[in-house]
Amino acid sequence: MSGDFTQRAPGALNDPTLRRNFRRAMDGLMTKRAAQFQDTAAWNALRARGAAVKARVVSKLPELLEQLEANCTANGITVHWAESTAEANAIVLEILQAAGAKKVIKGKSMVSEEMELNHYLGDHGIKAVESDLGEYIIQLAGEAPSHIVMPCIHKNKSEIAALFAEHIDGLGYTEDVDTLTAAARKALRNEFATADAGISGVNFAVAETGTLVLVENEGNGRLSTTLPPLHIALMGIEKLAETLEDIPPLLSLLPRSATGQAITTYVNMISSPRKPGEKDGPEQVHLVLLDSGRSRVYADEQLRDTLRCIRCGACMNHCPVYSRVGGHTYKFVYPGPIGKILTPQLEGLDCAGDQPHASTLCNACVEVCPVKIPIADLLVRLRGESVHSSDSPAVKGAGSRHNWREALVWRGWKFMYSHPLAYAAGAKVLSRLGNAIPDSAPMIREWTSVRNRPKFAGKTLHELVREEGYDHE
Amino acid sequence: MNNSATARANILARLKAAPRTAVPERPEWQPPVYDADERVNRFASVIEASHAEVYHTSADAWPALLAEVMQRHGLDSLMYAPGTVDGQQVATAWGTLEQAPALVPYDRPVEELKDTLVNGVAAGLTATRAAIAETGSLVLWPTAEEPRLMSLLPPVHVAVVRAETVVDTLAVLMASQHWAQQMPTNVVLVSGPSKTADIEQTLAYGVHGPKELIVLIVH
Ligand code: SF4
Repeated sequence: MSGDFTQRAPGALNDPTLRRNFRRAMDGLMTKRAAQFQDTAAWNALRARGAAVKARVVSKLPELLEQLEANCTANGITVHWAESTAEANAIVLEILQAAGAKKVIKGKSMVSEEMELNHYLGDHGIKAVESDLGEYIIQLAGEAPSHIVMPCIHKNKSEIAALFAEHIDGLGYTEDVDTLTAAARKALRNEFATADAGISGVNFAVAETGTLVLVENEGNGRLSTTLPPLHIALMGIEKLAETLEDIPPLLSLLPRSATGQAITTYVNMISSPRKPGEKDGPEQVHLVLLDSGRSRVYADEQLRDTLRCIRCGACMNHCPVYSRVGGHTYKFVYPGPIGKILTPQLEGLDCAGDQPHASTLCNACVEVCPVKIPIADLLVRLRGESVHSSDSPAVKGAGSRHNWREALVWRGWKFMYSHPLAYAAGAKVLSRLGNAIPDSAPMIREWTSVRNRPKFAGKTLHELVREEGYDHE
Repeated sequence: MNNSATARANILARLKAAPRTAVPERPEWQPPVYDADERVNRFASVIEASHAEVYHTSADAWPALLAEVMQRHGLDSLMYAPGTVDGQQVATAWGTLEQAPALVPYDRPVEELKDTLVNGVAAGLTATRAAIAETGSLVLWPTAEEPRLMSLLPPVHVAVVRAETVVDTLAVLMASQHWAQQMPTNVVLVSGPSKTADIEQTLAYGVHGPKELIVLIVH
């Protein structure tokens, strides 16, 4: 019954620093988001629009991808398609090698994390430097992001101060945030100026105009996509917007849901490489479209709702499980509620099948999701799929968590609940003898090892009701 | 690229083989609307709240005001676009001042100007195509005359906003100016100086882009 998540969770739960770091960060993000959406009617209208805009994209996905490709190509952007992360890595490497690039500077991109691009490029002699401050910090620490919007949210000031003191020459230990930020600026300025290429993600690619929209606060995204002579943008095949007019409602939802900002400091819209006569901007812009399981998810009408996601992170900020175990417990690139539905679909239930079970189904994620993804319904669906075989080709590893003991218990439960005599007899036996079962009995000890054991009442409900004088319910 | 062509065919084939679902309509949504006489003030107060420094000035007076503000901030040089109306105005006006920061033109490709841009200039001046009241945003529309990096690499960005170009929302602006028919190489919305909250959610400015944003609203 175990899986990676199940094994990792206790360690995270027993790490007080990690618990504190996440609690503080999540509380702050939830408060800031709530302040943005105080007008319920406006939030409902905006969210309905955002959800419809993304649902339209999903319903017309193949045609919109073709339209995006045609318009990007007409604008001078070279479009590449990759079925797997291995193919995407090979495409990026080929572009970089053709340009003789030795060093790339990166803006934030979760798709590049899916690809493990930095590692791959490093193996081929190309240095990839992360420039988003959070990504830079975890790159120094040799870690993976623990949140899709704020990658180093698991670290506190003193941990970062120690890391900088170790890695940045002449800085020494300081917890002053302005000094730390200035040190990163200085270290990375030079990397920007000498990088042979910039790599970025994409928040929305507009099919109608062939425009890549990128949101960010630091300016590193603008720098990565403007200063080096070559820009490579990476995106999952679902990250589209149909028209330019669909961008304002999406822009109004994304930063407010993510960090509680009305808008990010920069919203970058890139439609072409440098044109003749222009004095800056990359000479070449490439767009890599990554599938990596998404088109398989698309085959299932219910599961494809997952592809509406705009990666705002609100679901994890509000998740009682994520906020206690942190992002690294999920092991895969996407943590929290979106990860719990996306990872098993992309990677298969056989390797991430415990994730849909790591939820209380409290619905907090569903209430805040700006594009109304029915996360709880999908969790339930995937839970079922993880123990039953399935007709849907969308999810690999269906039935992989099937367990005969659990199946037997459920079968017995079903029999009892559909046979009144068996139920009455069973309830009577448990009310008399149930408390005599030891805490260490098989199937009970998993529960009692961390919780008090519930006490059986001395009489069944039916008996009590009858004593009250009712003889028929 | 051959592999890419196969991948393309396979991906599209899988997507097209999947069951089709109805295309939902876009439900009604109205972006906010502000009173015409409130619009500019709202823009100014929202961008100020995002840490920008805002000055109200006039079509004739802004270059002298800028020289004064820069001196107060200890900024000794300004990168400007010699081919733009604003660039020419600042050059002419500063020529007559007794004391003004040095003017550095962005007049050749970045490859020949990189050192100056990365380390050698204190501020950069750009015009704006419009400004947005809802979110306190500047709309930059870089051109061959006024390139992209001048608002990004210098530690201070100065933007000139004409009061009459302030609009309520991005949605209104995109529609009224027909952006979909004429997207340039790059458009960028700027809503404050560069910032980060990656270290314990503590705001810090100037992590990569400008540390300060000075907005001159020309009435
Ligand atoms: S599932 Fe919804 S809330 Fe979660 S990251 Fe995606 S869009 Fe945001």
